Amino acid sequence: MSIQEKEQEIIDEFDIYDDWMEKYEYIIELGKDLPLIDPSKKTEDRLIEGCQSRVWLDAHFENGRLHFSADSDAIITKGIIGLLIRVFDNEQPEDIAKADLHFLKAIGLQEHLSPTRANGLVSMVKKIKLLALAAIA
Amino acid sequence: MEQLPIRKFSVREIRQDFPALRQQVYGKNLIYFDNGATSQKPQLVLDAINQYYSKDNANIHRGVHLLSQKATDGYEASRMFIQKYLNAAKKEEIIFTKGTTDGINLVAYSFGELLSPGDEILISAMEHHSNIVPWQLLCERKKTVLKVIPINKRGELDLEAFDNLLSEKTKLVAITHISNTLGTINPVKTIIDKAHLVGAKVLIDGAQSIQHTKVDVRDLDCDFFVFSGHKVFGPTGIGVLYGKEALLDAMPPYQGGGDMISKVTFEKTTYNELPFKFEAGTPHIAGGICLGTALQYFSQFDPVEIENYERELADYAQDLLSTFEDLKIIGTAKNKTSVVSFSVDGVHPFDIGTLLDKQGIAVRTGHHCTQPLMDIFKIPGTVRASFAFYNTKEEIDTFIAAVEKSITMLR
Repeated sequence: MSIQEKEQEIIDEFDIYDDWMEKYEYIIELGKDLPLIDPSKKTEDRLIEGCQSRVWLDAHFENGRLHFSADSDAIITKGIIGLLIRVFDNEQPEDIAKADLHFLKAIGLQEHLSPTRANGLVSMVKKIKLLALAAIA
Repeated sequence: MEQLPIRKFSVREIRQDFPALRQQVYGKNLIYFDNGATSQKPQLVLDAINQYYSKDNANIHRGVHLLSQKATDGYEASRMFIQKYLNAAKKEEIIFTKGTTDGINLVAYSFGELLSPGDEILISAMEHHSNIVPWQLLCERKKTVLKVIPINKRGELDLEAFDNLLSEKTKLVAITHISNTLGTINPVKTIIDKAHLVGAKVLIDGAQSIQHTKVDVRDLDCDFFVFSGHKVFGPTGIGVLYGKEALLDAMPPYQGGGDMISKVTFEKTTYNELPFKFEAGTPHIAGGICLGTALQYFSQFDPVEIENYERELADYAQDLLSTFEDLKIIGTAKNKTSVVSFSVDGVHPFDIGTLLDKQGIAVRTGHHCTQPLMDIFKIPGTVRASFAFYNTKEEIDTFIAAVEKSITMLR
């Protein structure tokens, strides 16, 4: 499935919720279901310090594709991380670099990627994009 | 600018004065419990802002034309109103700043110039970053020493430790009147009296007290008092530094520019007198005028009635929150204002704040710019509800139900 297709799939999933609290209930479930990052990988160098919540990101490049796992101390942040990883994981760096993450706006979660939110997600996406660019170069 | 007639305290009527409170967010009636961060603005202030920009806008102090005169008169009338409001001895002691942070930086720089290596500055463990970092910068610059008064588990100052820290070396005690995170009201009068006995000056950070309590700088006998306009129903970007005249006179200018000079030559410049010596450049004129309007509005009410009502709100919220399992109130000082900070075991404050937002309730989460304080309590942050005199018990009921729902969802 391409990044575009995955984004559309998420948009469709969220389409059934018209209430904010239901939407967040789903995000919280995603956060709870997200496989934990290996504790040994929750190190300082993988930590992205947000003002509100903290995010750990681990990445490796294999057979031309990037793989990610991540975690956060806040469950809503973690749920959104789950969505971002679903979109980015096992994709080619060229596609990751191009991805515009329009699904976040479509499902009404773009506020979590605003710099004022300071939850570490903006920095995480930035880091993923930089890793993709580095892999291309 | 005159004192308005005293009004009877009626929450229902007060709420009518604040248009921002009459709106919906996410389809719910807005409940605004983030007053510690900033307050909403009454119509009187909004009208004054509109009046200034639509009729009176001109640069002050230099113009020969009518508008400039009107703007200058408004700005200086506001200064005099603020002087009376704070009970300062002279209008020259009222310096307009950008806000509390700006005021503290001004003192840290300018008063700091009078200090020598080894001189000590005392702050407390509950200070906002803006009452920590300017002093750290000063210590780097002048090799002065920063010392910190510890607090107890309830979030009250350890006054015994304060006595021990205070010495002839102490040149300044810079302390918050009310903690933004804990709500603790500090015994500033005692602190000021004790500091004066060793010859130290005292700066009171009034960012959280100006909107909750009557401030009388001469009764307090503080040497400096700083606050922000936006916390007391006025505009952002404007604040006040009160300083005793003799002290301000002895201090060098902070910033150079227009308005703060008497005569400029390339060889030597002489400075303007107070308060203009500390007001370089075109100030926030509308802000200055409308801060006066905001205090005019606020001073219609009896401060004791406001204090009592707000404490009632805080006690009500705190009692209801205390019944939650695994919920801990952070800051349980005996003398406390209308701030309720809490943390819930196993639940991140950011998550609670996000869910409350979606239920129409504005609170603040995180470390509230008091990271050292969070380290003391060993928590990443708190959820903070801070009430103003326009909030109600009905709103608190809705808030409590929303907190309960949020915790259930997050568990």
